[in-house]
Amino acid sequence: MAPSVCLQEMIRVIRSARTQGEERGVIQRECAAIRAQFRQADSGGRSHNLAKLLYVHMLGYPAHFGQMECVRMIASPRYSEKRIGYLGAMMLLDEKQDASLLITNSIKNDLSHSSQYIQSLALCTLACMGSAEMCRDLAPEIERLLKASNSYIKKKAALCAVHIVRKIPELGELFTPSAHSLLSDKNHGVLHGAVVLITELCERNPGNLDEFRKAVPELVQIMKGLVTSGYSPEHNVAGISDPFLQVRVLRLLRILGRNNDEASDAMNDLLAQVATNTDSSKTAGSAVLYETVLTIMDIKSESGLRVLAVNILGRFLLNNDRNIRYISMTSLQKIVQTDHTAVQRHRGTIVDCLKDQDASVKRRALELSLALVSAANIRSMMKELLRFLSTCPPELRSHATSGIFNAAERYAPSQRWHIDTILHVLITAGGDVRDETVPNLIQLISVASELHCYTVHKLYRALISDISQQSLVQVACWCIGEYGDLLLKGDCDEIEPMQVTEDDVLDVLETILQSHMSSPTSRGFALTAIMKLSTRITNNIDRIRSVVSIYGSCIDVELQQRAVEYNALFKKYDHMRYLIMSSHTIMGFNSVTCLCVFSAPNVTVYEKGGVNLKLQCDNQTETAITVTFTASNSTQSDITSFTLQAAVPKSVQLQMKAPSGDVIPAQGRGTVTQTILLNNPNKASLKMRVRLSYTSQGTLCQDMVQIDSFPSPAWN
Amino acid sequence: MIKAILIFNNHGKPRLIRFYQYFAEDMQQQIIRETFHLVSKRDDNVCNFLEGGSLIGGSDYKLIYRHYATLYFVFCVDSSESELGILDLIQVSVIIVNVCFHVQVFVETLDKCFENVCELDLIFHMDKVHYILQEVVMGGMVLETNMNEIVAQVELQNRMEKSEGGLSAAPARAVSAVKNMNLPEIPRNINIGDINIKVPSLSPF
Repeated sequence: MAPSVCLQEMIRVIRSARTQGEERGVIQRECAAIRAQFRQADSGGRSHNLAKLLYVHMLGYPAHFGQMECVRMIASPRYSEKRIGYLGAMMLLDEKQDASLLITNSIKNDLSHSSQYIQSLALCTLACMGSAEMCRDLAPEIERLLKASNSYIKKKAALCAVHIVRKIPELGELFTPSAHSLLSDKNHGVLHGAVVLITELCERNPGNLDEFRKAVPELVQIMKGLVTSGYSPEHNVAGISDPFLQVRVLRLLRILGRNNDEASDAMNDLLAQVATNTDSSKTAGSAVLYETVLTIMDIKSESGLRVLAVNILGRFLLNNDRNIRYISMTSLQKIVQTDHTAVQRHRGTIVDCLKDQDASVKRRALELSLALVSAANIRSMMKELLRFLSTCPPELRSHATSGIFNAAERYAPSQRWHIDTILHVLITAGGDVRDETVPNLIQLISVASELHCYTVHKLYRALISDISQQSLVQVACWCIGEYGDLLLKGDCDEIEPMQVTEDDVLDVLETILQSHMSSPTSRGFALTAIMKLSTRITNNIDRIRSVVSIYGSCIDVELQQRAVEYNALFKKYDHMRYLIMSSHTIMGFNSVTCLCVFSAPNVTVYEKGGVNLKLQCDNQTETAITVTFTASNSTQSDITSFTLQAAVPKSVQLQMKAPSGDVIPAQGRGTVTQTILLNNPNKASLKMRVRLSYTSQGTLCQDMVQIDSFPSPAWN
Repeated sequence: MIKAILIFNNHGKPRLIRFYQYFAEDMQQQIIRETFHLVSKRDDNVCNFLEGGSLIGGSDYKLIYRHYATLYFVFCVDSSESELGILDLIQVSVIIVNVCFHVQVFVETLDKCFENVCELDLIFHMDKVHYILQEVVMGGMVLETNMNEIVAQVELQNRMEKSEGGLSAAPARAVSAVKNMNLPEIPRNINIGDINIKVPSLSPF
């Protein structure tokens, strides 16, 4: 292939490659040729080569070696070379690269070039990738172009100014006077640019609002001109005169009229006019109408106008066009906080949209529905939301479950209803419930004491038909462990009776332990539940003992640890087993059950994410105790910045010794220990809350553990 | 602000990629793949708005797209843009691109391969399409929406380039057609996939 083949020829060759490998080969050869060409001082087809490079860059191949060539081309006097050079700079460079500094001078020169097309190349590039230094350097030049040039350049200079203001907000002052005067230009492109610039200036610096509020009459005039003008083929889109400009002006009016009576008054009539006269049968008109509605709702408009606006949104909610339904819901979302009652009137239609085929419409409907839930409508809304959950697209499910739980918690009319709702969600969508909500759900269930029997029965029945949904499994295991006696009794007021034997229960828990579908956390819950049942059943203690001892050599380190400790409970501390496994077991703040401390020499009080924290108590006197925490790490990478903080009741004095370090080596190769001296002169009941903070695999983790009983009998 | 303009075909092959915010190359390709994945799952009768892309910018960003036979035109925007406005803008841009390559349009209007020709324009003249788009969107902001204005400016710039000495290797057919180009003779009806538009006034949408 000849080195200076044109772009089209290269593309033809690439497209005729039959495999990915062949394509790669072709491109590598081409790039090598291009690279060689770049190195030559002078070659005829320079712009071809850069164009080819940009093409292969689009396909995903590396093109960084073309950066300097862009710089050279930009400096060329030829328009064709400048053009591709600037395009290359915008595609391949960004302000972080050194090469971009080198083009500052070219841009500066080209900004004052005699040809407007070369000026426009420089403006475009500056607006795309101008660094803060470039912007500072060239801002006065841009300001000059705003005033002294033709419309083609003015509109580009205006957008360039927007970029400059974004990079260096203080430079906004420089553009404020010119921005205002641009509003009297007749060219729509210039007007558009001016409105965007003024919008940016107002949003960056609220101090500018007063200045630009003086422009409200002018903006109103511009809008009137657009709305009442006759048919103008120049700007006409589906019967609307320059809808793009109208939308921009309406947005600016919104910003200026917000929280300001005078400005709002000045635009009131105009908004009423646009709202009533705009033909919204096509997209263009709808865009204008929506912008108008949002502006009306956001400024201090008359109540009659507000009613009109919400009605327009309501009408659009019923439109056949899905785009319009989607947009109307987006708009309603924006006003649901401030105009809640008005939006509530459309609740029925919104809830219907939950059944729409379109996932985007469903998403909007879900957001709005959750925002519209109130104490008055909680029962009917929850029916709809639960129905939605069964047909919900996968990407929305975890958001939906979280939203449902929040709504249920805020407005539950009764405990029974609340528990039923939780159960329903766990059973239909337990796989999508976020892990962090499990402890909260357990908390809610444990508080509803009259419903324990009902809850454990329902969860058990759900569990025997499906153990794949992890959140359901975890909550169910916890309940079975905690309320196993109620389950085994067999009868329950609210449900059909069902005979459940100890073997049945242990069967299902063991199935969970062994299933490849169960997450490590779920396994932990299942093992703990089995252990707790040892105090609630009579006939199968041996079975439990054997399960626990089997898992003492389990590959999963956390499970093994847990099993070993439970084993110890059976062997050395059988007398403590009832105490610990009774109904007062404390939950940590994460999904791992936290054990009470008991008088084994070294007890695990926390296990999650590969971090294991053990507690050892010694040196006990009547009032003093030394507590040592040992932290280990079973993950593949070191844990860093590990810190422990502890809090105790007021009457207890606490002295933290220096920790042995803050890095816990990976794979159990080392530990960090932290000793705490406690002095309990009043012999108060000792509790401790420990907060852990560490970085694991780049993520900051924080967690809390509550330790509710310490071994000294004098204090319990 | 418009964060990116992505044009790719029904198989996800990129035809034009323009990012208005810096992303490293591999990130760009990942965004293209993710966007194609999201957009290609959509039926033809659902709305043109998509949320939920995670790579390009989180919750404030939406994908607004149009599907024309073999091509997807996707604009990734934040909440400062009017969604319906952008939808119209995509339509306007497509028409402008077609008009600027109007020779092929004119010649092939009755030809069944019409839609493929549209894609071929993009494939073989990626740089030209960039220059055209630069007259519509600049620095991530909408610059100009007047179709006649844009087409005229593009034409003048192309003439300037040609007058320097024919470096831009356009196919011969296009070169001679450009010489013959005369705006009033642009056909009144253009079919693009399933939409039917008149030039230069854009009705019905």
